[in-house]
Amino acid sequence: MDTQAPIRRAGRATPYLFLAPYLVLFGVFVVLPGLYGLWISLHDWDFLLPRKPWVGLRNYQNLFSPESRDFGDFWQSMKATGLFTLFSVPFLVVVPLTVALLLNREFPGRTFFRAVFFAPYVLGVAVVGVLWRFLLDPNIGLINNMLSASFPWTTDLPWAWVSLVGMTVWWTLGFNAIIFLAGLQDISRELYDAAKVDGANRWQQFLHVTLPGLKPVLLLVLTMTILGSANMFGQSYLVTRGAPANETRTAIMFIADTGLRTFRMGNAAAMSYVLALALLVVSAFNFRLLRHEDM
Amino acid sequence: MTWALGTGAAAALGGCQESRSPRESRDSRVTLTFWNGFTGGDGAYIKKLVEQFNQASPGIQVKMNIYLWADFFQKVPGAVISGQAPDVCVMHLDGIPTNAARSIIMPIDDIAQSLGLKASDYTSQEVWEGGLYKGKRYGIPFDMHPLGMYYNKGVLRRAGLDPEKPPRTGDEYMAALEQLKGKGIQGHWMAPFLFTGTFQFESLLWQFGGELFDPGVTRATFDSDAGVQALTWMVDLVKKGYSPPNVGQDADFIAFQNGQNAFNWNGIWQINALDEVPGLEWGPAPIPRIGPQEAVWGNSHQFVLMRQRSPDPRKLEAARTFIQWMSQRSVEWLESGKIPVLQRVAESPEFKSLEKQGQFARQAPYIRFPPAVAGISDALAMVDKAVNQAVLGKASPADALKAAAAQATQVVRDNHEKYGD
Repeated sequence: MDTQAPIRRAGRATPYLFLAPYLVLFGVFVVLPGLYGLWISLHDWDFLLPRKPWVGLRNYQNLFSPESRDFGDFWQSMKATGLFTLFSVPFLVVVPLTVALLLNREFPGRTFFRAVFFAPYVLGVAVVGVLWRFLLDPNIGLINNMLSASFPWTTDLPWAWVSLVGMTVWWTLGFNAIIFLAGLQDISRELYDAAKVDGANRWQQFLHVTLPGLKPVLLLVLTMTILGSANMFGQSYLVTRGAPANETRTAIMFIADTGLRTFRMGNAAAMSYVLALALLVVSAFNFRLLRHEDM
Repeated sequence: MTWALGTGAAAALGGCQESRSPRESRDSRVTLTFWNGFTGGDGAYIKKLVEQFNQASPGIQVKMNIYLWADFFQKVPGAVISGQAPDVCVMHLDGIPTNAARSIIMPIDDIAQSLGLKASDYTSQEVWEGGLYKGKRYGIPFDMHPLGMYYNKGVLRRAGLDPEKPPRTGDEYMAALEQLKGKGIQGHWMAPFLFTGTFQFESLLWQFGGELFDPGVTRATFDSDAGVQALTWMVDLVKKGYSPPNVGQDADFIAFQNGQNAFNWNGIWQINALDEVPGLEWGPAPIPRIGPQEAVWGNSHQFVLMRQRSPDPRKLEAARTFIQWMSQRSVEWLESGKIPVLQRVAESPEFKSLEKQGQFARQAPYIRFPPAVAGISDALAMVDKAVNQAVLGKASPADALKAAAAQATQVVRDNHEKYGD
């Protein structure tokens, strides 16, 4: 009995010891900067000016008072982010799922097609942005040239959203498709066999075997895609420059502009927290919804 | 270029030079790091100049890094605060007050003095005074680069216009555009972005007698009648069919090279880009006088020294030599598409042999600059927004300007508070 006590005590520490390396990284690179950011958001903060006056909650209040300098721009950028997320997420879930279902079947050249769909994902956003800017240019772009039309792909709504969503789907669908593919391969063949024996057709198999089997993967993909889309920055920055008149300037783009170009880090930090809070609510809602359906 | 790649390491070394003993460093060469944003056609010219300098001055080795201007202005503060600041930089006249107020660059009156520079050496008082902030000198002028007009001779000939006589006044310009339109050519593509829609707007605003801000820069005034006239003129080019709607970023300039339009108001820095287009016949000219008075947007590159954690007198001395050498050779630099700031250079036969630059230099007496006060670029972003909105047909010129000016006024007031001007 005496000999077991130290083991039990050591045993209690074991999980924490295993977690320690991650917790240290998490603490140093996530928690501490997060708290520091909160502190910054309570000041009029320019890291190079000697005076960083404490302003309390003013940076937050400004975001909610219509007469402030940032109110209009900030909520316009939040709206742009919201719209982009709303438009892009359905495509970024359904298209990769379809691709994954097709690529999960046996046919010659399957590996080649998997590579083809995944290939754009390895490109950097700068490459993708420059490429699409030339394809989509309203006056001299290849796409309008081939259509013999003059759609304002990058300078007017709703075309700019079509362009941004389209290029994002093309660029990132491979990643979600790979995750779906892994999920599909985890579903036991026997379930399909059983369903066939029960006389289920292809669609019924998909509804009653594939979808429930994919649920955890679907939840992961959905949450990650929403967060990813809500962090969209490069595509707008490079292809539309926020045009027309900042309508496609996303929240991250405006926050970066405020903090890094006009050096108002306090305001930018406050905006980041409002955005983070909004995303937290969306993610929580998301998890609840899917867990609820599980039961 | 390997010497460009090695600069990160060199900057790191520069930050810890205090660890070297004085005797050691006296024997070795002084290494200067030099950052700028010459990513365009001017990049090759600055590289050539730096190489020549390195050969000519065995005691000093300059290592250069070139960033996009937008990245440059973001990177420099970080480099300064982390003690890895470059030694010498080039920045724009309107960037100097912001960076001086934030202690990113340091006063260099002593350098200007020891170089014997004085106002009368310069072609433009505004450029010389643009290097000052709160009575101290921070920048030493290197060049001026105004907007100008490029015209496509082949297109003009096709429309029955004289390819050697570009329009000079508003009436001539409109007549030319009308004649081009008759031949199915949209003569002047109106860009809704900073490059170069905003530069066009600012030039026209000044031509119509307006100002961006009131004299103390406490209030934005670009929504005045002059501003509305200027922006209306731009929007009308689209409405009257002289420009297609929804011109994309840089599409106006690309279309010019492809012979799809006849006139492009663009920066003098594009000279070499156009020279490289095979078979393109083009000419440079001052922008036409649309309003009652001559005016054109311009800016100036200036040499600045960065604040160091531990200033090294030997580096300061080397920087002085470098800046002097570079500004003396400004004719070679002007070949990249700039006009001179030194009177002596402007009158030299070498500059007079640069015909294209000379055409743009005719505008020198009336080149106007962005106001040099701290944080001004934050307020100027509102001008970009108004131009974008109006040219894309999202709002009338008056409405777009009014909303933008109200916001810009808020911004300059914030800036006065923040920088304590």
